[in-house]
Amino acid sequence: MYSYDEFDERFVRERVAQFRDQVARRLDGSLTEEEFRPLRLMNGLYLQLHAYMLRIAIPYGSMNGRQMRMLGTIAEKWDRGYGHFTTRQNIQFNWPKLKDIPDILDALADVGMHAIQTSGNCIRNTTSDPFSGVATDEIEDPRATCELIRQWSSLHPEFTFLGRKFKIAVTGASSDRAAIRVHDIGIEIVKNEAGETGYRILVGGGLGRTPMIGKELRAFLPREELLPYLEACLRVYNMHGRRDNKYKARIKILVHELGIDTYREHVEAEYARIDRSNTAADMAEFARIAEQFAPPAYPELPEQSAIFERALKAHPDFAHWVEQNGFAHRVPGFMAVTVSLKPVGGAPGDATSEQLRVLAEAAEQYSMDELRITHEQNVVLPNVKKDELFALWTLLKSQGLDAPNKGLVTDIIACPGLDYCALATARSIPVAQEISKRFSDPARMADIGPLAIKISGCINACGHHHVGHIGILGLDKAGVESYQITLGGDPANDASLGERTGPGFSYDQVPGVIETLVETYLGLREPRETFLQTYRRVGMAPFKEALYADAA
Amino acid sequence: MPTLRDITGILEDAWTRLDEGADAPAGPAIYPFPGDVAGNDPALTGIHIANDVDPESVVPMFDRVSLISVAFPAFTDGRGFSIGRRLREAGYTGRLRATGPVLADQFRYLLECGFDEVEVPDALAARQPQEQWERAADAVTLNYQRGYAGRRNILEARREARGV
Ligand code: HEM
Ligand code: SF4
Repeated sequence: MYSYDEFDERFVRERVAQFRDQVARRLDGSLTEEEFRPLRLMNGLYLQLHAYMLRIAIPYGSMNGRQMRMLGTIAEKWDRGYGHFTTRQNIQFNWPKLKDIPDILDALADVGMHAIQTSGNCIRNTTSDPFSGVATDEIEDPRATCELIRQWSSLHPEFTFLGRKFKIAVTGASSDRAAIRVHDIGIEIVKNEAGETGYRILVGGGLGRTPMIGKELRAFLPREELLPYLEACLRVYNMHGRRDNKYKARIKILVHELGIDTYREHVEAEYARIDRSNTAADMAEFARIAEQFAPPAYPELPEQSAIFERALKAHPDFAHWVEQNGFAHRVPGFMAVTVSLKPVGGAPGDATSEQLRVLAEAAEQYSMDELRITHEQNVVLPNVKKDELFALWTLLKSQGLDAPNKGLVTDIIACPGLDYCALATARSIPVAQEISKRFSDPARMADIGPLAIKISGCINACGHHHVGHIGILGLDKAGVESYQITLGGDPANDASLGERTGPGFSYDQVPGVIETLVETYLGLREPRETFLQTYRRVGMAPFKEALYADAA
Repeated sequence: MPTLRDITGILEDAWTRLDEGADAPAGPAIYPFPGDVAGNDPALTGIHIANDVDPESVVPMFDRVSLISVAFPAFTDGRGFSIGRRLREAGYTGRLRATGPVLADQFRYLLECGFDEVEVPDALAARQPQEQWERAADAVTLNYQRGYAGRRNILEARREARGV
């Protein structure tokens, strides 16, 4: 875990004081609402349907128990007793008061956290693989690179008033769990033929109203060139990206309109001109950061644990949870587990202050003080001894945090939708809840197997519906909610965007539609074939027919 | 009268802005880009560029002008920040002015991107008095990036702490 040195600490404290001053100037009229808006957004403060919403950064999704406990305190003291984890590895509080925000930010700074650049047309929180540091398929822990980017991008004087938001994701593993292909810039840590570690750079991915898969900009970028090269990428975007239409202002549109080769030429020309010494962190600085992500002192344990094996036999519920939510750890005797925030019928990603505290305790007692937030709106405990898994499960169960559904049909991603969001055209949380109830039977869930349902409450696609195996997009058709279904999307290595089935469905029809799609899959699948594999094999036709046959 | 200021405070603006094709006055004047400034005294010549002008095209004029003014048509339009840096990186050493309704909160960013001074329209200047600009300039005293305002950045501070 990265911990702030005196400079990081001072930086964040000064930023809080600055924001306190900005709030005061808004209240005394020096700043108009129009002027205050981008300033507050740059510090994660939104105005939603009912209240302000504060979005707090969880850099690359990584946090410790103390930080998680503070989120619990904030939920209790300044909000209505719960928080909402998002697909961006952030947490949002939906009910804070404007006057309390500076105090909340101070409380966050006490534990090395902030809300800097969680919104606004600037470089946002860098996201990453929730299993970084423990996955078996990793070349290098991506968090050091993420932290380097976090620092470089914080209050960047040149890139704080971009044409639009800018999102960067980094993975260090061969299996992409960070959805880097649907980010403005996706970075993959790779080795070249000489065995040196560097970066493969993708650009121009994104969701929203014009979903696109990122394209390769550079196959290999030496490590020491990362920041100056990013600077060149951003500068070309800042100067040439469209500003006439906010819906065409993301870098994906620039890359699309210029073509990747022309964009690359611009970047390389800029890179040749740029004064690299302005931004290139020396490798001693990279090493200083990387040291803080060095693996913790794992005790030497046998791969097999007798206690664990006994618990598996004695408690089928526990065994089921381990099978579904466990993740292989690179160190013998350890496991990583996903704590699902998707109990049957719950609001995806919500956690109460009591649950936040239990997660903190779980991390401190059982996971070497580490937690990760996933873009599926779940929490990962990355460092659990098999010997202690049963005790951990018992603790989680006491707070209803034991849903054994990671990656299954009820592990639904949903944006806030009409329940909170001012831009929403339809509900999304209640849709998720209805589907989840419909598929609540654990045996049936297990039989259906891996299936990612993703729901957005408007075309902005915060709920990632384009990359859901089943995507659901809630629209407003003449004052009535209408849900458009897409099939076959996926955010991983062979990323694909979902294809629309046809005309939309009413709110009440959606659970039945999902049921039909699932039944169609079950009827078509070959042994051990997942929904996505079946879809990719058979295509849209049989699903379409099942959905619309009656209407025809 | 718009308000002109730099890090030392409010300044008297000695420069006259010229419209396209207007005759040059006796004193220092800012011509709209590309401007027919050949033969002018560089000390009395400035140029104003829109924020979609390619900074490369201004490079040949560096030794014919002593002031470049860059338009910020709206405070949310950040192209000018990149233009400032590009001009400095290309070796421009004269005075660099940001012109438009930028906010006090952007003063520090402008300085770090190579601007010396800021010219803001009346209405905004009235709402954001000098004292706010001073506070905003030093609200965050250490940055992660190296800028053009001569401040030590965090990476350099760390390097010093490491003794290199
Ligand atoms: C509730 C207030 C929110 C507002 C006003 C909001 C606004 C937006 C807008 C306008 C876009 C489209 C950007 C574009 O296409 O240029 C967008 C995209 C996105 N937002 Fe949100 N959002 C909100 C909440 C969330 C939440 C809760 C999450 C995470 C669950 C989230 C994650 C994302 C993601 C992943 C995208 C699409 C990726 C991309 O940027 O291309 N947002 N949001
Ligand atoms: S997808 Fe639309 S409704 Fe959902 S959070 Fe984003 S902006 Fe709001």
